[in-house]
Amino acid sequence: MAFVNRRVLPGFSLSLGYTVFYLTVLVLVPIVACISKASTLTLDQFWAAVWTERTRAAYLLTFGTSLAAAAANVLLGLLVAWVLVRYRFPGRRLMDSLIDLPLALPTAVGGLVYASLYVKKGWLGQYLVPLGIQAAYSRLAIVLVLVFIGLPFVVRTVQPVLEDLDPEAEEAAASLGASRWQAFRRVILPPLYPALLTGFALAFARSLGEYGSVVFVSGNMPYKTEIAPVLIVARLQEYAYGEATAIAVVLLAVSFAMLVLINLLERWSKGESAHA
Amino acid sequence: MPEQPMRRMRQAQQDPLWVRWSLTLAAVAVVGVLIVVPVVHVFAGALSEGVRVYWDNLVADPDTRHSILLTLTVVPLALAANVVFGIAAAWAIARFRFPGRTVLTAMIDLPFSVSPVVAGLMLVLIFGLQGYLGPFLRRDGYAVMPYLTSLVGAALFVGGLFLFRPRGPDAHVIWHRAGRLALFGGAAAFAVLLAVQLYFEIWPRDQSLKIIFATPGLVLATAFVTFPFVARELIPVMEAIGPDEETAAISLGASGWQMFRRVTLPNIKWGLAYGIILCNARAMGEFGAVYVVSGHIAGQTDTMPLRVEKLFQEYNLPGSFAVASVLTLLAIVTLLVKAGLESRLPAEARRVD
Repeated sequence: MAFVNRRVLPGFSLSLGYTVFYLTVLVLVPIVACISKASTLTLDQFWAAVWTERTRAAYLLTFGTSLAAAAANVLLGLLVAWVLVRYRFPGRRLMDSLIDLPLALPTAVGGLVYASLYVKKGWLGQYLVPLGIQAAYSRLAIVLVLVFIGLPFVVRTVQPVLEDLDPEAEEAAASLGASRWQAFRRVILPPLYPALLTGFALAFARSLGEYGSVVFVSGNMPYKTEIAPVLIVARLQEYAYGEATAIAVVLLAVSFAMLVLINLLERWSKGESAHA
Repeated sequence: MPEQPMRRMRQAQQDPLWVRWSLTLAAVAVVGVLIVVPVVHVFAGALSEGVRVYWDNLVADPDTRHSILLTLTVVPLALAANVVFGIAAAWAIARFRFPGRTVLTAMIDLPFSVSPVVAGLMLVLIFGLQGYLGPFLRRDGYAVMPYLTSLVGAALFVGGLFLFRPRGPDAHVIWHRAGRLALFGGAAAFAVLLAVQLYFEIWPRDQSLKIIFATPGLVLATAFVTFPFVARELIPVMEAIGPDEETAAISLGASGWQMFRRVTLPNIKWGLAYGIILCNARAMGEFGAVYVVSGHIAGQTDTMPLRVEKLFQEYNLPGSFAVASVLTLLAIVTLLVKAGLESRLPAEARRVD
């Protein structure tokens, strides 16, 4: 990567100035407004807004479902990426492009479909509900739709690393007498860890803030299937701006933490593949 | 994803046949259940009562019609703002080194991890009736417009000055003092525009200006959620291409604008198109942030995704699926265009999302 002297190429102050201005108006000012609004609450009020039985249930649900969905995504994403990279079969190209659909599809559409697929009379629900699997208006429904939203993140981070994997390491393992499973566990999987972890973090971060799809499928029952963003909207509709902002500040703090974590992970993952 | 130059799978990389079969079938099942079945279901749900009803659901319902128009207004505005931002940010970050560059790059990723609902809430806190600017906007909201437009005018002047000013040895001496020219020229442009607008009283007085529960709020919310897409696509593309051609153009006497038009833009056009496609898809489908700022007024502030939700709440499933099918078609078109563009990007620039 080459950098040029500012005297050679034009437009440094113009482009940087505009970038900073735009980010200030669109990002910094709103965040400052959010924090200053939250700071008008006393500590007791803030605590009372942030830490009630209902909010605790919402945080726990948001975290738990996001964690479960991201973990499921790691397994499913690795499987899909593996099949896409290693095997040739008719329809592979189509499957490869379909992976990106959850990124392009409006989340509301995803939520709408998932809500009607898994109800008692839905296409898939008619088989699952008699088995006692309630995949609509339940926690399982939230996890399911979050798996849908997060799948591309894991597949797309793992796929390039898997493609660049050195075949000679596997050959060495095979010639030294390792079984295929041993080679996978000891030779293939370790270089994939950073990518898997990055994919996990991306899917997890996305799931934490997800609103559009979850609001359709969860049923939004307080204490049971109400995620934290839904709680914010509920507070807003009661015109309880202070309480809504307090919860938003908690979510913002988590977002910042995730942002830092993802940046560190991506750097690690890049360094790892540079060494290989 | 682009096709790798297929090297033949080596012996050691071959899995037993039964493993290949079962893993492939499992992956096809995962993609089928998670992605294919839902897409088919959208169209099946939309067409469940026949093509006629489907068409009526889309066109005959005035609120749905309005939601389509509103989406077609909001998305291009947000997109245009984000394209300009994306090009400026990519130029600054990929071509220059400056303190705070890493922080700036990280900040561009912020909307990926901030919940859209929180984004919407932040806008409500500023522009809403209870918000910081609420009392002012309600009393005399348009009072800010002359200043805002004059500011935009002055900014356009300064930007144009830097882009179009003649360079090189035979340019008049006055053009060499770009800083002073920008300062005084910008101030003059601001003053003239402001004076004209105040004198002719273009903007209404003592009227409230609605931002939240109105189109400007929708544009702001959409712009917030989608601004990373263009910038994040362009930065790696510009870094991969490198500054050599641009440096050559400048040293041969091209103006900034000529360099941008003739060298930079042709080089980044596929990356730009890719970013616009992604940004557009996300902007069309944005729900959470828009949900909070829209106030959900049917026929006024319902965009297409909000309309989907409202029809769903009203138990009008065919209508809901009809609107959803249009959005799904757009998503499929997005994927097709995206697949076509991917082969044209430099290899280093291909990445996730």
